[in-house]
Amino acid sequence: MRSNSVGWLFLAPTLLILFIFGVVPFLYVLVIGFTQWNSFAANPDMQFAGVENFRRLVFDDQFLYSLWLTLKFAFFAVVSEIVLGYFLAQLFMRDFPGKGFFRTIHTLPLVIAPIAVGATWRLLTVPGLGPLPYYLNRWFGYDFNISRYIDQAFFTTVVMDVWHWTPLVTLTLLAALSSLPKEPFEQAQIDGANRFQIFWHITLPLLKPAILATVFIRMMDALRTVDEVWMLTGGGPGAATRYIGLHIWRVVFPKTDYGYGSAMSLITLYLTIVMCWMLYAGLVARRELKRVD
Amino acid sequence: MRHFRRKASGPLVAIVFWTVASLITLFPVYWMFAVSAKSRVQLFGSPSFLISSFFTENYLSTLSDPAFQRYMTNSIVIATSNALLVTALALLATYALSRYKLPGKENLFFWTITNRMAPPAVFLLPLFLLYTQVFVVADVKLFDTKIGLILLYCVFNLPFAIWTLRGVIDGIPKELDEAAFVDGANTWQVLTQVILPLAKPGLAVTGILTWVFAWNEYLFAATLTSVNARTITTGLAEFVTVTGTNWGRMAATAMLTLVPALLVLGLAQRHIVAGLTFGAVKE
Repeated sequence: MRSNSVGWLFLAPTLLILFIFGVVPFLYVLVIGFTQWNSFAANPDMQFAGVENFRRLVFDDQFLYSLWLTLKFAFFAVVSEIVLGYFLAQLFMRDFPGKGFFRTIHTLPLVIAPIAVGATWRLLTVPGLGPLPYYLNRWFGYDFNISRYIDQAFFTTVVMDVWHWTPLVTLTLLAALSSLPKEPFEQAQIDGANRFQIFWHITLPLLKPAILATVFIRMMDALRTVDEVWMLTGGGPGAATRYIGLHIWRVVFPKTDYGYGSAMSLITLYLTIVMCWMLYAGLVARRELKRVD
Repeated sequence: MRHFRRKASGPLVAIVFWTVASLITLFPVYWMFAVSAKSRVQLFGSPSFLISSFFTENYLSTLSDPAFQRYMTNSIVIATSNALLVTALALLATYALSRYKLPGKENLFFWTITNRMAPPAVFLLPLFLLYTQVFVVADVKLFDTKIGLILLYCVFNLPFAIWTLRGVIDGIPKELDEAAFVDGANTWQVLTQVILPLAKPGLAVTGILTWVFAWNEYLFAATLTSVNARTITTGLAEFVTVTGTNWGRMAATAMLTLVPALLVLGLAQRHIVAGLTFGAVKE
């Protein structure tokens, strides 16, 4: 009745666009990664270099530092978001007047452009204008200057990420919590379990898939954060917040080190995939082991 | 006993808690608004949270700036074209995935999402080189053109749209198609006269969220355009990196960038989370 060729015809434009703008760039970066190509070099033409770029990467302190920073950033941000988001989701589980209104406000950061989030936080933190440095100094005598102090800059980017993305965690976990069956909880209460026991033995295992999915999605996003941080700190002071996306940009554009930048991109892509896979497998495996005990 | 006492004090505690939480959420945005409503002189000294007199100059000079007008027009054109293109193509693609027995279609479906998950920084260089050097050879101009960005944004918006619409199209009973076919309709008529009206709400949500993703995008817009096709997000970034620090105007520009986001919050709030989690979470 309906031939498959019509189906392929409907899919064709989508596949064509994804191929040209998704697959071709990937293949291209794969090729460039194995070449020496820098417009500023003595020989600016592309030439085959084997695995030389990858060898250089292993000993590149700046690259390794940037990777380490990115992981640290993702770790602090995602862990805080999950804990805080779970707590907020629990608070949304009760009914109270104005719940919908508060929820709308809570959703607001999710739709703001990352670059505007960065602008907002810059206005909050820039010395001489922002209220944060002013009041921290006036009330606590604390010298807050993210263009000078490394740790302050780092944790400000984490706090900004938490402000921006905790609502997503809250709402995903809220959706998951609302769909949990009621019987196990009632049974546990009858059996005299305390709040912590209920949380640890019933809520957490039941929420596992939702938490895993949320961690996975947040991790992916945290590892590729660029816009907000670029706007807030520009990667500074020094290289204190130069996360991997910013670092690749620096190598590729101002330095025009195409071959090396491509190798770096490939390793980053590879590590992102491996990281997420390990995270997923690790979390699943630990739970399974516990169940066997 | 304890249990009951908690419940009785619940609503008030919750309201107080959420009021504080909402103030924390709103404060950064409010401060930006406050800065946008002040003159340079008013911004000196101790930060004041009150807006004594609305300083309209920041908004007026921004809105009358030809560069800003161009950025704004570009952003509107790019986001709207992208949303329309993506929604239309995704409808066709999802219909094919839902109704035809295509070999390997589930693999294809999962493959599409990898395009969205990949870190964009990885694709900056190859796309930049393809746009400036390779695709030019074939007499195609994509660098610094709106069409270049519109097509590129499909790479991460199409997977999103397909994943969102899959549930919508699968939810429309196949019997309706069959009945229309029996009545002698062709595939195109079934798609436009049976599926389209039923899928309208889903298509609207998909279109709106796609629009926001395209509007909010910065990294590719910044690297793949130079003058003509710059978008509002790149304009905002330029306030810091190029023109220095006219905070009032930067805040005004950021506020104007935010307006569509606020509209979306009103229109598609319930679907934002599903949209951001590839449809993995339904509210």
